[in-house]
Amino acid sequence: MMLLAVLSGFLLAIAVPVLYRLAGNYIGWVLALLPASLTGYFLNLIPSITGGQTLVIEHQWMPSLGVSLDFMVDGLSLVFALLISAIGTFILIYAGSYLKGHRDLGRFYVIMLSFMASMLGLVLSDNLITFFVFWELTSITSYLLIGFNHEDAEARKFALQGLFVTAGGGLVLMAGLILLIFMTGSYSFSDILASDQPLHEHSYYVGATVCILIGAFTKSAQVPFHFWLPNAMAAPTPVSAFLHSATMVKAGVYLLARLNSSMGEHELWSNALMFFGAATMLTGAYLAFSSTGIKKVLAYSTIMALGTLTMLIGVGTEKATTAFICFLVAHSLYKGALFMIAGALDHETGTKDITRMGGLRRAMPNTAIITCLAALSLAGLPPLFGFVAKELLLESLLQSPSWSLVLVTMAVVASMLVVAVAGIVFIKPFFGPISTTPKHPHEAPFAMLVGPAVLSVIALVFGVAPFLPGALVLDAAVSSIYGNSVETALALWHGVNVPLMLSAVSLLAGTMLFASWHKLQPALDTVNSSVSRVGPEAGYFRFMLGITQVASWQTRLLQNGVLGIYLVTLVLVTFGLVGYTLLTRHGLDLSFDFSNGYFYEFGIALLIVASTVFASVTSSRLGSVASVGVQGFGVALIFIHFSAPDLGITQLLVETLTVILLVLVLFRLPPFVSLSSPLERSRDLTVAVFAGTVMTLLMLAVLDIQYFESISSYYIENSYELAFGKNIVNVILVDFRQLDTLGEIFVLGLAALGVYSMLKLKAEEQHKP
Amino acid sequence: MNSNTLILHTAALAIMPLQLMFSVFLLLRGHDEPGGGFIGGLVAASAFVLYAFAFGARPTRRLMRVNPRDLLAAGLLFGLASTLPALLSGQPMLTAHWWQLPLPGEGYLKLSTVLIFDIGVYLAVLGTLMTFVIGLMESGE
Repeated sequence: MMLLAVLSGFLLAIAVPVLYRLAGNYIGWVLALLPASLTGYFLNLIPSITGGQTLVIEHQWMPSLGVSLDFMVDGLSLVFALLISAIGTFILIYAGSYLKGHRDLGRFYVIMLSFMASMLGLVLSDNLITFFVFWELTSITSYLLIGFNHEDAEARKFALQGLFVTAGGGLVLMAGLILLIFMTGSYSFSDILASDQPLHEHSYYVGATVCILIGAFTKSAQVPFHFWLPNAMAAPTPVSAFLHSATMVKAGVYLLARLNSSMGEHELWSNALMFFGAATMLTGAYLAFSSTGIKKVLAYSTIMALGTLTMLIGVGTEKATTAFICFLVAHSLYKGALFMIAGALDHETGTKDITRMGGLRRAMPNTAIITCLAALSLAGLPPLFGFVAKELLLESLLQSPSWSLVLVTMAVVASMLVVAVAGIVFIKPFFGPISTTPKHPHEAPFAMLVGPAVLSVIALVFGVAPFLPGALVLDAAVSSIYGNSVETALALWHGVNVPLMLSAVSLLAGTMLFASWHKLQPALDTVNSSVSRVGPEAGYFRFMLGITQVASWQTRLLQNGVLGIYLVTLVLVTFGLVGYTLLTRHGLDLSFDFSNGYFYEFGIALLIVASTVFASVTSSRLGSVASVGVQGFGVALIFIHFSAPDLGITQLLVETLTVILLVLVLFRLPPFVSLSSPLERSRDLTVAVFAGTVMTLLMLAVLDIQYFESISSYYIENSYELAFGKNIVNVILVDFRQLDTLGEIFVLGLAALGVYSMLKLKAEEQHKP
Repeated sequence: MNSNTLILHTAALAIMPLQLMFSVFLLLRGHDEPGGGFIGGLVAASAFVLYAFAFGARPTRRLMRVNPRDLLAAGLLFGLASTLPALLSGQPMLTAHWWQLPLPGEGYLKLSTVLIFDIGVYLAVLGTLMTFVIGLMESGE
């Protein structure tokens, strides 16, 4: 059931083209049935999780490699799964309306569903390798989504940027996960979490932590990797709404929370998280305040939220963990709603620039009410869930064991800026003088409003009755991050205390900031443009330029297009290294014993040598090819003589077909001319003789070297027992080593496609006028 | 390329079907005797190559009815499909499954995922080689 739940997104993605033809404009509603029923399924799991229990569902995949499709459901992954499937439902409905009539709507849904399924797999995976597979799948699918408008060069550029940062970080993460596997000896999160061995005493701890942090930071857009996230806005708005609220960027935060109880008992972990989290929080809040595009404002405020979340994991107290989960849920609710509204505004007015919007509340009253709710939650005002989360945030920072004062100050500054941002998002477009927009504004269609409406109402309900989410699943989630069972007592009203006063201060200051937003904007622009010249994004572009330069330099050097140079380089390097290893590890043993050879064995050897010599001295191409064929037949004879009929037959057939293919190619070549100078030929001769000598010595040495026990007896004993075949060669090919063969036929397929496209492209080139 | 020798034409027409039959024979007996998908595929390819040498690329295409690339794709799909029964029954991927169907009289028919896989290899080898050969021949015409 769980396997189906995770993979159903991929399965449905395959069916999209057919469904699209059947359902037409209602495709969004039809596809949304899947995440809706998944939401139901995950809600169903809540009762069994609330007791602090962990469900582990096992499916074998590649057991001998330690890779399995195991899933783990605890409070944390359940919260994420619910967010993904619930918000996914509204996003799918929304996208059908937002991209209505778009030429590539079908393709969009294929990628979107795969994205959703990858994200579900990511948060539910128990196996570290499977987790990583899903992690990279989200990078790839989001790359396709960001670059969805692939005819736009900017979209392609930013899609590539997102992919480079997140997939590059993913590679580092893989190293970290492998170290983690070495440290714990286990491939599964559930084992790692359950074991009480102190990881931070292990000598790999620092390396693993740094690698995992880099992976999580790139994915969750922490400073200094934050630049890719606003650029990911090149994606269509439904993608941004999903990416920012429930998926992708939260993956890094998820991983940090997941590993917190095992790896978090060290200052390196908590200090890194607090430092980078707080820095990201401030940077994001500042950049959100200084932007004018509505999507950019929201994107930067996501960065602020991600920083806050990271920082809270770093603080790591029980209170902070509670604040983390509440902030996560609150942020997902309002950010999903706000992004969908941003898309609706853009859709109905034709502009993304807030400075060009105004007085829309008369034309779009429903949108205005929904935005009001979501923006209040963003600003952290009662009675919305955002308020509960922010109070918890401030309270937990006040109680933080280290850096308390610094963190609180930073959080207050950030929340000040966020209040201003909320004002920008809500008051700027809907109030004030009516400004003319490229399109005449009117209310967005129902499908585009239902999502934000429901999400905002949930935020309101959770705010008014905060015990509700707590009792549902938040307690379990906090327990699974914190590592011990935790009872949260969420309340809307804590009385007049320090956090409330800090909130009031930030609200006042935020209002003042908002009032002077217009006046500050030019100054902020100058600051931002001068910073961006030395910022991390500039670094990224310099790095990419450097890579291109190195690539073109080494291409000139190594891949200069002359086949002869390639061959000489390859052969010299390979056989030089092999020969060196052979000499140093094994030594030379040149005592040969020919006494029990039959005369026809010598005959075959002579035949092979003679045909080789003939092939290299003849000036006839056909003769050369034919004598190479003779040489191959000689080898086939040897195989047959030493009773390996399968190899013999294969060798004969391959030789025959090779000669035929070579002849076919040779017919196309220009007549034989002298292509190489005597000097080059003597160089080639030297290299060839060298390679041949090393190969011969290697083959002779192989008979003596026995590093491992021979595996052939196993095959001989078991080929009939286990695989019901008397022909061991075939049994090995199709049974014992089937995966190899499967890989090989795919290589064959690639080779065929390569040759085909080469011939085809050549033919097309010739047909051009 | 199209040779007009009568001997080659006649020989190709006579030998090709025999070669194809032989290739299927090799394929099916491969699990117990020398043979198998790879060798069978090579023999089948050489049968078509012989025909192509005698009559040219286009008639060979017509004779095969199927595009060689489709054969290759079918081979890869067969290879993948042979892993499905194990996955569906919850075993590790690539675990072989066997079905023995009794035949009239003595003996029984041995069917297996391994055979499906072998057929996949056969088709992939045949498809690859014919893509090469027909591609090369057509590029010259």
